[in-house]
Amino acid sequence: MSHYTLDASRMMCPMPVIRTQDKIAELEIADTLEVTCTDPGALNDIPAWCRINGHEVIAASEQDGQVVITVKKGNG
Amino acid sequence: MSTTQRKAVALISGGLDSLLAAKVVMEQGVHVEGINFYTGFCVEGHTHAIRKKDRNKPKRNNALWVAEQLGIKLHIVDVIEEYKDVVINPKHGYGANMNPCLDCKGFMVKKAHEWIEENNFDFIITGEVIGQRPMSQRKETMPVIAEESGAGELLVRPLCAQHLPATLPEQEGWLDREQLLDFSGRTRKPQMALAEQYGFEDYAQPAGGCCFLTDAQYSKKFVDLWDARGERKYELDDIMLLKVGRHIRPAKNFKLIIGREEGENNFLSGYRKVYSNLKTTSHAGPLVMIDGEVSEQDIELAARIAARYSQGRTAETVEVEYTTKDGEARSLSVTPMPVSEIPETWHV
Repeated sequence: MSHYTLDASRMMCPMPVIRTQDKIAELEIADTLEVTCTDPGALNDIPAWCRINGHEVIAASEQDGQVVITVKKGNG
Repeated sequence: MSTTQRKAVALISGGLDSLLAAKVVMEQGVHVEGINFYTGFCVEGHTHAIRKKDRNKPKRNNALWVAEQLGIKLHIVDVIEEYKDVVINPKHGYGANMNPCLDCKGFMVKKAHEWIEENNFDFIITGEVIGQRPMSQRKETMPVIAEESGAGELLVRPLCAQHLPATLPEQEGWLDREQLLDFSGRTRKPQMALAEQYGFEDYAQPAGGCCFLTDAQYSKKFVDLWDARGERKYELDDIMLLKVGRHIRPAKNFKLIIGREEGENNFLSGYRKVYSNLKTTSHAGPLVMIDGEVSEQDIELAARIAARYSQGRTAETVEVEYTTKDGEARSLSVTPMPVSEIPETWHV
């Protein structure tokens, strides 16, 4: 079980979702990925993407225009 | 119906037709997953979030929403680079604006066909309806898309299948043709009735489709970009910025992009390392990006225009800071340009 980070700052949705999707595809089940973005739309889109693809959002926060979302890979 | 569960990928735009097309096939026991292509011109997503006044509106990605309604997986594919060739060299030309709809559909079905081959899926579903769109969804274009995409008989249009020759999934009995539909024309009534039957509410009904290239204002700015540069080329930054701000082109060699409100100014500030820019310092004013190579004279003219759009528009002189993309800043004192001196033709 490993932890990874992904910087999707300045990208507008759906790019942060696409980058998250592509990175998650490379990980093992139960690995976690912490995604940093600046588009607040990611707060809706990444959790929606996780729900439909069988992954779990374990933390999400927004502060000073920075959104940080941690995703745990499920067995999809 | 054979015993093996067949698998189909559905092109999901986020609109009603692709939602229904996928549902009709799912109802026949087929395993369906969605695919959505991001070209850079999609209205979906960004730009809703740029303007501050829009921030409080509930924002959702409709393709993700549709997939969730259907309970299917959605694969979003970044096709920004490959899509350039579709926009720059469309074999079938453009529609009313810069929309290369027919080539675009062929391209997306081709990508979906590659995807089913890589992922061992059996066929492809689209929400196309004969006569629904003037350029790409006509009786004559249906076989063109099937052929040029390479998908051929693996391409199923469940909403109008009964008007078309039987596809392989129908011939093989993976799908019961009788349960596919016979929609045609521009009317939306059958779709709305079917949505109600399935219990779908609150679906998106985008007026001009889901692509900025169908928008007249956007297309005008896009053509201006090519004309000014003398070549048909673009980068993602270019097309993102066409969605934001007031665009003024005083000369062929440069254009100004002026933030219209706080949200746009914040968005533009993310491009400070990509474009040189101007900001009034003696008065509150927008962030102004300069796209192009500029002379000293051009910078002064640009500063006067920036001053015109600041709170100091009636002042005798306004201080403007000019910053290069390398971050070197210097100050200029200028007289705001009167509105009467900014020709209408400069507004892109």
